[in-house]
Amino acid sequence: MAEEIQAGCARPTGGPVGESPPPEASQEEKPIEEVHKMIKVGQKAPDFTAPAYHKGKFVNVKLSDYLGKWVLLCFYPGDFTFV
Amino acid sequence: MSIDSVFVHKMWNDHELSKMVKNGIPFPMLSDGGGKVGTVFGVYDENAGVETRGRFIIDPDGIVQGYEVLTPPVGRNVNESIRQVQAFQLVRNSKGSEATPSGWKPGKMTLKPGPDLVGKVWEVWKTDMAFD
Repeated sequence: MAEEIQAGCARPTGGPVGESPPPEASQEEKPIEEVHKMIKVGQKAPDFTAPAYHKGKFVNVKLSDYLGKWVLLCFYPGDFTFV
Repeated sequence: MSIDSVFVHKMWNDHELSKMVKNGIPFPMLSDGGGKVGTVFGVYDENAGVETRGRFIIDPDGIVQGYEVLTPPVGRNVNESIRQVQAFQLVRNSKGSEATPSGWKPGKMTLKPGPDLVGKVWEVWKTDMAFD
């Protein structure tokens, strides 16, 4: 399901799928845009890709690869934080 | 998912979490450097530069069925997350014909919404059932 990635010196990153980064000029409109993007129950979760560590390997994970399964997506402040 | 790199995830898993969970963390530990994904999900705190404790239940169609977001110092209740997933699974398997009342747990009664149940919930469901 998840494609393995090589561990190089560059830090791998992911991001939302199907969205180009907003142009510099639109920075002032950004808060309005974010209001529109608020997650709502009953609506589609925004797709994304993200590098991950999984059972000894570095892999690339895409949310839409999990269609057909239940997903519990958890965010947390940081590794080695206490809670 | 956190803003930490996959390298830090590896260190945390290998040197601490694997001492709490046999064989280490079984699910992918996702990295969100810069908080791009967290921003889209509304859980990235730009001032602190970290993600808050957001938890999203996403069904097999990719639909968000529920979420909860806590500030960093309070941990989640994993049992409650699992209970909610079980409840959403029951509703989905019943094709929406059943609903789970407050305090529902697997094995407890469900409600079958319809014209006959209007105004009659008090006959089949008692407030004690929300707390047992």
